Amino acid sequence: MKLAATLLFVGAVVATPREAFWVFAGHAAIVGTAATIGRIPFRFLARRLVIEIPFLLFAILLPLVGRGERIDVWFLSLSREGLWGAWNILAKATLGAAASIVLAATTQVGDLLLGFDRLKVPRAFTAIMGFMVRYLDVIIGNLDRMRVALRSRGYAPRWIGEARALGATAGSLFIRSYERGERVYLAMLSRGYAGSMPDPDHTAAPAAEWIGAALVAGLAAGLAAIGWILR
Amino acid sequence: MSVPTVEMNGVAFRYPDGRRALDGVDLHVHPGERVALLGPNGAGKTTLVLHLNGILLPEVGEVRIDGIPVVKGNFLDVRRRVGIVFQDPDDQLFMPTVQADVEFGPANLGLRGEELAARSRSALEAVGMGQAAGRAPHHLSFGERRLVAIATVLAMEPEILVLDEPSANLDPAGRRELAEVLDQLAITMLMVTHDLPYALQLCTRAVILNQGRIVADGPIREILADRELMAANRLELPYGFDPAGW
Repeated sequence: MKLAATLLFVGAVVATPREAFWVFAGHAAIVGTAATIGRIPFRFLARRLVIEIPFLLFAILLPLVGRGERIDVWFLSLSREGLWGAWNILAKATLGAAASIVLAATTQVGDLLLGFDRLKVPRAFTAIMGFMVRYLDVIIGNLDRMRVALRSRGYAPRWIGEARALGATAGSLFIRSYERGERVYLAMLSRGYAGSMPDPDHTAAPAAEWIGAALVAGLAAGLAAIGWILR
Repeated sequence: MSVPTVEMNGVAFRYPDGRRALDGVDLHVHPGERVALLGPNGAGKTTLVLHLNGILLPEVGEVRIDGIPVVKGNFLDVRRRVGIVFQDPDDQLFMPTVQADVEFGPANLGLRGEELAARSRSALEAVGMGQAAGRAPHHLSFGERRLVAIATVLAMEPEILVLDEPSANLDPAGRRELAEVLDQLAITMLMVTHDLPYALQLCTRAVILNQGRIVADGPIREILADRELMAANRLELPYGFDPAGW
């Protein structure tokens, strides 16, 4: 249910008018509370937020290149529209990313998949996600071993022409993964697989979880709505 | 005599590239037997195993499991009865958690709810991995993954357990622990292996397959002691190992 709450929360954040500073403060408080309950250290959260830096760089450019009315700040002439745009991206991206990080940090992958399932995401998608999670490690392990084997034979590419072996590595990694896929399929057939993954037990989420999720989402949506009304 | 668990009559199979893998195989395995399937690389051992549950179908001849012919309409029934444990546990464990993986087979058989949970619990306990149910397969050691792979098959309550190189890649302790687990399972077993001492430890009967034909079938101790037969089929005991002295 955390999943539903997070999705709705992000929706509400995006729908919030950008002029409503105090609404964003409210949203931030919600994420902060969630992080506190989940006992996520602030540094962990901050480190993971690094992922949004490319987007923020783009946001910083906006005031410089934006059109329309200009404001002089110190020695820079900034676009008013651009400033609002930048603030908009900064606030919403940070809140959205923080919410996702809180979700990811407090939820096991299996529960996440179960969450998608309960939200009626088609079985095929959740099955593919499950396979991805399961085999990412195996494939990375494969790649690591191939890299070690290359290096052990004195491979140290210094210019682009020497990178051919890397292409060959990628190729054989692809073929190995493909063959593994076939073997996995055989193993599935051997255990009675007949074209559809078994439904996981549809134990519905407990009511308490629903209420919690509705509370978070409702709070965020309410804040956004008030923001629009008071604009 | 009882209905054989496995019955192969004159089974021949050729791969699409024309390579003949099985060339008239007759093999009967009776309930409670533990049979080692031996033979050099490329003898057709894995091909034979894939015939037992209809992954491959014979060109000539027929396969029966508990008297049920292995043909298209019977696949689900046959696959419940024949539990194949593949060589690489990473091929066999594909679900995000151990429990989901063990439940995969019985869920395909239509089990749900408490019944399903009970099956997976008892299968995991049978291999001593009851504590691993909630873990992700890629967080387990290789030996643990092999045990869980066996549990995924036991959860289907098969009539015969077919193991492809069960001791491969295990460290000596893991190898011994696996033998202890297998030894206390009361189930018919067919074990494909190059690990001859392991076969001697766990099986009473040996079958040698070479070039798609069964060239020997008898008590394992006699077969392993027959030097000429062994040498003719590229089978070698480890240095210093004497099957008679066991």
